[in-house]
Amino acid sequence: MRNLKRQLLAGPYLLWMAGFILLPVVMILYYAFTTTSGHFTMLNITSISASIHLKSLLLSLKLALVCTIICLVLSYPLAMILNNMKLKRQGFIVFVFILPMWMNFMLRILAWKMLLSNNGVINTLLETLGLPALDILNTPSAVVFCMVYDFLPFMILPIYNAMSRIQKDILEAAKDLGAGNIIIFFKIIVPLTMSGVVSGIIMVFVPALTSFAISDLLGGGKVLLIGNVIEQAFMQEYNWNLGSGLSVVLMIFVIASMALMSSKGEEGGASVW
Amino acid sequence: MKKIKWLQKEFILYSSKIFTFLLIGISISCCLAGCGSKDSENTLIVLNYGKYLEPEVLEKFEEETGIKIEYEEYVTPENMYTKYRAGAIDYDLICTSDYMVEKLIQEGQVLEIDFNNIPLSQNLDQTYFEFSKSFDPENKYAIPYFFGTVGILYNKELVDESKVNSWKILWDKDYSGQIIMADSVRDSFMVALKILGYSLNTTDETELKEAQDLLIQQKPLVYSYLVDEAQDEMIAENAAMAVVYSGEAGYALEFNDKLAFSVPKEGSNMWIDSWFIPKSAKHKEHAEKFLNFLCREDISMMNFDYVYYATPNSKTKESLEQELQENTTIFPPKSILDNCEVLKSLDDASTTKQNILWKEVKAADY
Repeated sequence: MRNLKRQLLAGPYLLWMAGFILLPVVMILYYAFTTTSGHFTMLNITSISASIHLKSLLLSLKLALVCTIICLVLSYPLAMILNNMKLKRQGFIVFVFILPMWMNFMLRILAWKMLLSNNGVINTLLETLGLPALDILNTPSAVVFCMVYDFLPFMILPIYNAMSRIQKDILEAAKDLGAGNIIIFFKIIVPLTMSGVVSGIIMVFVPALTSFAISDLLGGGKVLLIGNVIEQAFMQEYNWNLGSGLSVVLMIFVIASMALMSSKGEEGGASVW
Repeated sequence: MKKIKWLQKEFILYSSKIFTFLLIGISISCCLAGCGSKDSENTLIVLNYGKYLEPEVLEKFEEETGIKIEYEEYVTPENMYTKYRAGAIDYDLICTSDYMVEKLIQEGQVLEIDFNNIPLSQNLDQTYFEFSKSFDPENKYAIPYFFGTVGILYNKELVDESKVNSWKILWDKDYSGQIIMADSVRDSFMVALKILGYSLNTTDETELKEAQDLLIQQKPLVYSYLVDEAQDEMIAENAAMAVVYSGEAGYALEFNDKLAFSVPKEGSNMWIDSWFIPKSAKHKEHAEKFLNFLCREDISMMNFDYVYYATPNSKTKESLEQELQENTTIFPPKSILDNCEVLKSLDDASTTKQNILWKEVKAADY
């Protein structure tokens, strides 16, 4: 009886999964492997090797990688500083980092577009200070910048979480046995936070790889990521088959990067998500 | 330390709850929609460009006729096509651009309009029905709504005005990083094709390739590729010039005195946005009633005040102030229109080819 009740509780979620996760994936797979007239084809998948598609996929991979590295470099020291702070202030500072996530993601991108534009707030400020204008809007740099801004919390939180789980006794024991700060860092802190780093990387890399809204708004239509190509195939060219085919290729990249990272993460203990 | 875990847990907990509620909400609203379907006899489902109809007009129509309007908007004609073809909603009346109307007529997706039910259509200037013949040869399917041209909206303080009479200024290195180009296949290719002296409806591969080379050459000078936001960027003076529709230019001019508009001498595109009744229509009579309503002088005036594009309604135009009637940005004079071409729908193979050429422009290094 109790079992049945439990299963019933899962019902809404199962429905959700079937309707909004499973069904769309099946439909994408169907479109990906058929022509507009419904015949089987591999052309939609292999069209990734067309020079434009390959180029935009490589650009996506490059920008996502750069974004992930920047996030990691920013987050790791920050998580350490947070962890070493007095307990009272910690909660507040973590709160400050989560705060931007309360605002709509699209609004934040549009806000950056306003701030960075030729006559925007930042350039007006620089001008009054007699500094040269910042010309990064509508370039890949602006896209990476906004990705970092948007996805940074997803890197900070898991790393900070992993770091706060390290027991102070272990560090003290290491010190008692004569280990210096550097050895403690590399032999204890890094291995023990690995799981957090891995989740952080996945949670930043995957959305960065698949994003298209940021490149559309801050790239001024000049930065064509694979996400934009797919969006165009669906919305502008009415070629759902091509869009689905490219989505499947992108999914393979996403799954591969997740598999690669989580195989590394298992050594460091349970992952966060 | 615990706080953050608590936060995460809380988040996970809440998000699953929210999802559940959403799901329940969706199913309930589906049920309600299903139950409410008996009322659908008296509705009209309209699909239109964004910001392209005075909202009060809808209210007024509902008040006068008791027909309930379900109004939906889209961004580009291609978006509209995707929405319509997806078939989820049975639209009764759609407004879109010339070449897209033609495409749908060719596909047999458009119903003939019974002009006997639209007596007020005689308020519309016959000239624009003549122009419409390029995509609707017998004037059977479409009723013109607004029209205009494509040209250069520029900032008088930043641009040498003696040069804006040619599209070539968009390739001038002096304005590097200050040019906004159209983010739409047909409009961008139109500019390049006109410089080269070709028709904007060409399907000749070498001509299109030449145009593509020009567009790739231009890319390093371009500030951004935009459609609807171009006017806002120009009002904010973030760029020196932009390729825009005449109607948008008229709107931008109202907000910033430094701006001006020019239709280059090489010629341009004249566009006509028209209403048509798609095959999916379940309420054709209502749709015709609404079309007649839109042609009425006071209603057409309300829409003109809101949209500020050139109206084909001669009665409305005559009742405008003299100054506005002579505003060549909003109402392109005949001399300019004669130099313009109307976009025609291309066959599927040519469309695909042009799309690929455009994608290559967008992906090109700069």
